[in-house]
Amino acid sequence: MTSPVGAIDGPPAKPALTSRWDSPALRRFRRHRLAVFGAVTILVLTLACIVGPFLLPFTDTFIDIRQRFAPPLSGAHVLGTDQLGRDMLARLLMAGRISLAVGFAAMAISMVIGVCVGLVAGYYGGAIGAVLMRFVDAMLCFPSIFLLLAVSAFIHPGVETIILLIAFTAWMEVARIVEAQIKALRERDFAVAAEALGASDARVMIRELLPNAIAPIVVAATLNVAHAILAESYISFLGYGIQPPTPSWGNMLDNAQGYLTSAPWLAMLPGAMITLAVTSFNFIGDGLRDALDPRTDAR
Amino acid sequence: MKQPEALLEVRDLHKWFPLRRRLLSRAREVVKAVDGVSFDVRRGEVLSLVGESGSGKSTVGRSVLRLTVPTAGTIRFAGTDITHFSRRQMRPFRQRMQLVFQDPYASLNPRMTVEGILAAPLEIHGRAASRSDRRDKIEEALRLVGLLPQHAARYPHEFSGGQRQRIGIARALMTGPELLIADEPVSALDVSIQAQVVNLLVELKRRLGLTILFVAHDLAVVGHISDRIAVMYLGRLVELAETRELFGNPRHPYTEALLSAAPIPDPTFKRERIVLAGDIPSPVNPPSGCSFRTRCPYALPACGEARPPLREVAPGHFKACIRDDLRLRAPG
Repeated sequence: MTSPVGAIDGPPAKPALTSRWDSPALRRFRRHRLAVFGAVTILVLTLACIVGPFLLPFTDTFIDIRQRFAPPLSGAHVLGTDQLGRDMLARLLMAGRISLAVGFAAMAISMVIGVCVGLVAGYYGGAIGAVLMRFVDAMLCFPSIFLLLAVSAFIHPGVETIILLIAFTAWMEVARIVEAQIKALRERDFAVAAEALGASDARVMIRELLPNAIAPIVVAATLNVAHAILAESYISFLGYGIQPPTPSWGNMLDNAQGYLTSAPWLAMLPGAMITLAVTSFNFIGDGLRDALDPRTDAR
Repeated sequence: MKQPEALLEVRDLHKWFPLRRRLLSRAREVVKAVDGVSFDVRRGEVLSLVGESGSGKSTVGRSVLRLTVPTAGTIRFAGTDITHFSRRQMRPFRQRMQLVFQDPYASLNPRMTVEGILAAPLEIHGRAASRSDRRDKIEEALRLVGLLPQHAARYPHEFSGGQRQRIGIARALMTGPELLIADEPVSALDVSIQAQVVNLLVELKRRLGLTILFVAHDLAVVGHISDRIAVMYLGRLVELAETRELFGNPRHPYTEALLSAAPIPDPTFKRERIVLAGDIPSPVNPPSGCSFRTRCPYALPACGEARPPLREVAPGHFKACIRDDLRLRAPG
């Protein structure tokens, strides 16, 4: 008879990871075709917006009245020109800088607020949790688009203020997701085990609980970028957001309204950019949800 | 013979959980999960706490570790009254008393590698001098519970239930505890694995000089490992005796019923099984007097009058039953 405490067989040995590209999470993400498409799209879009304007022969503010309303693929302007003869490609890329930056920055701020509020509310519960979550409920009662419009009517519109405005109206969903997750997780035995070991509240919250809530947080974050890009577009479209001549996809749409029949590309191109960016972020969120769950492989 | 000192003394422990007050109802109902429990755990022994679901045995374990605040009573660990200690005051004691969980799937953080799980106790208590010291300690703990050092890089979901339970035990041992509270450590495992884990605990106890409070609902598992057994029913102790004495000479009708329910690995052996009628009564509204009388085959009208105290009926053998005239059957 073998010793009852002798070594027992572990899981079958796996080949060592040769590089970061072989990590299981990445492998799962790559299996998700649409997510890969989304990630590549966002990567290309971001790179193009950063580098592109330096490579183009036209700047986004260069006005050439003789070349007004040039349709795409005609002459020097690949994507045509607008009513002032400005190059559409240059404008789209510059607008992309603004729109993507607003999207990422607003997401980052709203995630920080939402995660902190949700973490504290979910972990401590009781009176603290109730007060915080009722505040979240109250914030959710405002229709965010009207709140955004109302506030932006008082504040001088600019990129920073738009980012803050969007962030302050987008953190509540995250707070709710995190609160629900943390509330459920803190009852689990591994949280009790950490408490029995004498771990501090901060350690339990950040080291033990938060990593287990990461999948819904990451999904919420990508959806939040999409939401922020859309929100910026609404506000700019309605004229309260990013002010011309600074282009954003939203104010380009606004600008295109008067020429829908005569120059439809003025609306279609920024519209397509918004759609492309928003759907890509949604696909990425989907793929990440599967990729970040280490149990997907075990099934 | 010198009597070994008590590492853990529990006196008149109560843990009542208030129920949510119903609208328009003035009465505040409480669940009396633990309702006056006293016992000692002597240094170096294995004391088992046995009872069916809802008897409050796990709550006793959690109270001892101060994971929940007792409603009344005192808990003394190594001579120190820790009943009302703050979290800060409890910190040094956390290294000296650790917990092994019932569910090996829920008790390990799925996002951490085994290394991370085992490093946490060291980090919290600043017990690893360096990176290599940390690695050595983790390796040693893995070997101690029968796992391999290379298992440190894996995640909990890559292991079987028995292996996970070994990881849970290794985590509990990282701080070098004197007292291990094993909260039904094998009831979630396959029967074939149960013996392995119980044997591991016996071996560790012998090698490391551990004291174990073993919480279980199955007398068969407990008989193998315990020095003494305490039987709980509805938040109270009904009998406490040395293992051999309890199995050979049960004095409480509830113990008799539990013993008769334990399976014997002999299909030809016929035994009259005592089947208790009904379920364990609600701990919100326990029966008057002896709480077992509603299901006891020997109950008398007098059983409903007063709560029977736990008294010593033979040296080291305690029971809470007023009927001393019973001849109860022992198995085998």
